[in-house]
Amino acid sequence: MLESLFNLGIKSIFVENMVFAYFLGMCSFLAVSKKVTTAFGLGMAVIFVLTITVPVNWILLEYILKEGALSWISADFLGVDLSFLQFIMFIAIIAAMVQLVEMVIEKFSPGLYGSLGIFLPLIAVNCAILGSSLFMVQKEFTLSEATVYGFSSGIGWFLAIIALAAIREKIKYSNVPAPLKGLGITMIITGLMGLGFLSFIGIKI
Amino acid sequence: MSTETVEQLEVEVKETESLLSKRRRKIISDPLDDDNPITIQVLGICSALAVTVKMMPTLVMALAVIFVTVFSNLIISILRNVIPNRVRIIVQLAVVASLVILVDQVLRAYLYDVAKVVGVYVGLIITNCIIMGRLEAFAMGNKPWDSVLDGLGSGFGYSWIILAVAFFRELFGSGSIFDFKVFEAIGWSSYQANGLMVSPIGAFIILGLIIWVQRYKNGYVEH
Repeated sequence: MLESLFNLGIKSIFVENMVFAYFLGMCSFLAVSKKVTTAFGLGMAVIFVLTITVPVNWILLEYILKEGALSWISADFLGVDLSFLQFIMFIAIIAAMVQLVEMVIEKFSPGLYGSLGIFLPLIAVNCAILGSSLFMVQKEFTLSEATVYGFSSGIGWFLAIIALAAIREKIKYSNVPAPLKGLGITMIITGLMGLGFLSFIGIKI
Repeated sequence: MSTETVEQLEVEVKETESLLSKRRRKIISDPLDDDNPITIQVLGICSALAVTVKMMPTLVMALAVIFVTVFSNLIISILRNVIPNRVRIIVQLAVVASLVILVDQVLRAYLYDVAKVVGVYVGLIITNCIIMGRLEAFAMGNKPWDSVLDGLGSGFGYSWIILAVAFFRELFGSGSIFDFKVFEAIGWSSYQANGLMVSPIGAFIILGLIIWVQRYKNGYVEH
């Protein structure tokens, strides 16, 4: 049991990395990766929000949205299938959680709030967050698997953005052709980094 | 900013502006090249890369995004004066999510094979930054018809880039276009498909090169 959870963690950090295998969270990945310190702050916030929202959405799916999930209220609801409401409920949970996390951090750790401040609201529209919840549905996880999946997907995203930010800090001083500067060269670097991450695919877990 | 407000004032003065005046044609044509959502504004990259392995799912995705941008721009623009500023993100997300649910249900009903491929990424249109970006930047401050045109322009600007990426990826990665075997048709049956193009890395590199060419042509330089 523990072993399989550990394997799932390793797999979703390296083999099925959110950025390099699924292209999720690319917008903020490209926009906020100019400096390592800000990338670090955003990465931490993403890990935090993912670890909370994936299990919460799992509970929501299992006890409210799935076909027959409402039968715990009364047997009359056995045939009710609300899964078409998935998207809107998930995004509502994510927006609410981001808001909640923001308030909690503001109250208990003003220092961290100061450094994360502007990135927290941005996380609500980071597709890595919604994406993980949707993959969680597709892969039919249990609650503990969903928690591990959320946490380790966050770690994977965090590692990717830190690595890219470090490279971009260096490349600022290189002589890149003018039209390729900025987004163009960043895309190509991301491609090359993805090539590196491909080497994990051989790992059989 | 100042030029925008001037333009808005002018619109209110001349009430009888034609439906496709010069200014409005510019709203449509700008996002196609000079102000392209993907290559210049850096919005909506995730889905641009994820669905572009083959032309067919890309085309479906492009149509879905055009539909959602046009109608979300229209609805938000109609509602723009009654939405309280503080809860606008939630309102926008609710409108976009409802439209995306509509698209998803239609796809599952009529194009089930494609829906399976595009799957998760249709849901991710909700968090596609093109849509939120246009809602925030345009629909919240402009009249409905202008917003519809902006939605059309942004949608097409996004579409032609992802179709271009998909064209190269499918041509070199699978040797086909819309599942039509191009290389076999021209008598080169020994063509070895390039696996790199099918994998995510091919998408990054192709998009990087397209950005290079496109910015070289329109002279945009990032600092």
